[in-house]
Amino acid sequence: MRSVKFILRDVRLGIKNLLLHKLRSLLTMLGVVFGVGSVIAMLAVGEGASKEALDQIRKLGSNNIILTSVKPSQDEASAQTRTFMSIYGLLYDDEARIRETIPGVRRTAPAKLVRKEGRLKARALELRLVGTTPEWALLVRRPVVAGRLMNHDDIAQRRNVCVLTEYGARRLLATEATIGQPVRIGGQYFEVVGIVRSESGQAGALQTPDQNIDAYIPFSLCREYFGDITVRRTTGSRSMEMVELHQAIVEVEATEQVPAVAAAIEAMLKRFHKKDDVRVSVPLALLRQAEATKKRFNIVLGSIAAISLLVGGIGIMNIMLASVTERIKEIGIRRAIGAKRRQIVLQFLIETVVLATVGGAIGMGIGLLIPGLVTRLAGMPTVVTPHSLALSLGISMGVGLVFGIYPAVRAARLDPIVALRHE
Amino acid sequence: MSPQDAERAAAEPRQAVVLDDVHKIYRMGTQEVHALAGVSLSFAEGSFWAIMGASGSGKSTLLNVLGCLDRPSSGRYLLSGQNVARLSDNALSEVRLRRLGFVFQSFNLIPQLTVRENIELPLYYLGWDTHASAARAREMAELVGLAERLGHRPMELSGGQQQRVAVARALANDPAIVLADEPTGNLDSATSEQILQLLRALNEEGRTILMVTHEREIAAYATHRLHLRDGKIDRVEADS
Repeated sequence: MRSVKFILRDVRLGIKNLLLHKLRSLLTMLGVVFGVGSVIAMLAVGEGASKEALDQIRKLGSNNIILTSVKPSQDEASAQTRTFMSIYGLLYDDEARIRETIPGVRRTAPAKLVRKEGRLKARALELRLVGTTPEWALLVRRPVVAGRLMNHDDIAQRRNVCVLTEYGARRLLATEATIGQPVRIGGQYFEVVGIVRSESGQAGALQTPDQNIDAYIPFSLCREYFGDITVRRTTGSRSMEMVELHQAIVEVEATEQVPAVAAAIEAMLKRFHKKDDVRVSVPLALLRQAEATKKRFNIVLGSIAAISLLVGGIGIMNIMLASVTERIKEIGIRRAIGAKRRQIVLQFLIETVVLATVGGAIGMGIGLLIPGLVTRLAGMPTVVTPHSLALSLGISMGVGLVFGIYPAVRAARLDPIVALRHE
Repeated sequence: MSPQDAERAAAEPRQAVVLDDVHKIYRMGTQEVHALAGVSLSFAEGSFWAIMGASGSGKSTLLNVLGCLDRPSSGRYLLSGQNVARLSDNALSEVRLRRLGFVFQSFNLIPQLTVRENIELPLYYLGWDTHASAARAREMAELVGLAERLGHRPMELSGGQQQRVAVARALANDPAIVLADEPTGNLDSATSEQILQLLRALNEEGRTILMVTHEREIAAYATHRLHLRDGKIDRVEADS
């Protein structure tokens, strides 16, 4: 108990001594201030990036592999012939082959994407029609806001049903209940059976499979009503594209199998496609990549923070050595009165730790500000975790201890007689 | 203790300080300097000694040894019967803290502390609680007539006042011996007189006082005078 009281008094004395030289104390602290500030900012940015990456992976599905049809950059056939018909992309057979032959695949969801205008009474909205199977909802899990999802019964009964997104439903019919209403899409009427929330967004180089203007309709009906050919009219010319499947999502049974299955799919596609017209995206790889980037980022920022703290610590040590020299007489007086060496050590050590801790606390303030600025100016998400605050406060106290020991011991080693005589 | 011993102990004044063939040798390069060359003496409890001598006579070294700031190279030093000649730095600090009080020529107050905090300094190291040490500081300040100045800083006081604060600080831990090193060296004659009267008053209360000085008039306030020369005792005078 007595030693605690001693330390508290020394802390008070330390604060008092630091307040005697406000500007000097402040300048001394700067290194630690910025060191701690950058540690917190670094951890916040890193944490934010990893949280964002995880969110994105969650949206994409970590066990999913996303196949997307892409128009080959050099489509010689269409360039030379006059038909202007480019044929590319995933085939219906590809999906079947993946589902049937590649081990480790649990299920697949095909998607035909058609741009059509949707009309509900007087309102209209440009929709992205997604012709798919009920499996889609299992692979791209989104909360159901109202109604129900498409089911196998709908497929078997060939019902004209569609599921809208919350956004689309709101745009098409803001106030009334949309469920049960017929939406006219490309000359066909589809009954709205459900509304889901979409998580449209960018995940690294990947677009989430869903968008907020989606309307999900049965795959077979989509194929029947809208076919495989899209005609695009531009001024003076028209181009045609024939794509069987725009997208296919493959779910793998276990996360460990994802890379192997992705490799198998790529090998299979290479055998059946002459052109490089399907992109295989692995969200998991994206996560790994994000983690690697985060690690590199952390190493760079971490070394900057470490150097800053080191410089800060040396700065503190420098000033404390100067302070010891300045206060040799005081040390002599204290020793003559009966202060023991360890009490002198404690006095100076506490002063240094107080200095570094105050610096750390100010740095914490800056460290809390920087992530906010980063988010606002650079649009990067940041998360300040409590443990990063505790860590940096601990680091600053540690810096005070480590760099305070030498000046404190030097102060205590002084011969009291010599110290007393010092002017 | 037999009854006879007790009787004798009561009759004879007890010795505050006994030095027995104390040497202090400094090495300066290859040369050895005998700052103290076989000093044997004893100061009774409650006596007021002036230690005199020219500069280089060893009087500062003697005061450092007596004040437990320095250890003799050889010999015995009994402080209230305890041999402190071979104590560790830590133990010597403890002796200074509990049994000695210092008054210096240049006052040696800590400038950033107030008068009260300066007086409290020994109590702080003794581990007194805030309340008790504040009360003690006030008591000591009243003793030296500076109770009104407790909140001031040393720089705001005159030299004489500063030295009185130093005396108050030296007395805060209720020391057996007060050591004064040229306590009036930086003061004019009027304030010197005050300080010396204060020391004499303390002595009359029964405290042992050892004062280093090179001035005869100052030394006259003491009851005993010890003259040093070349690290040896030259002669001893006592008021009758």
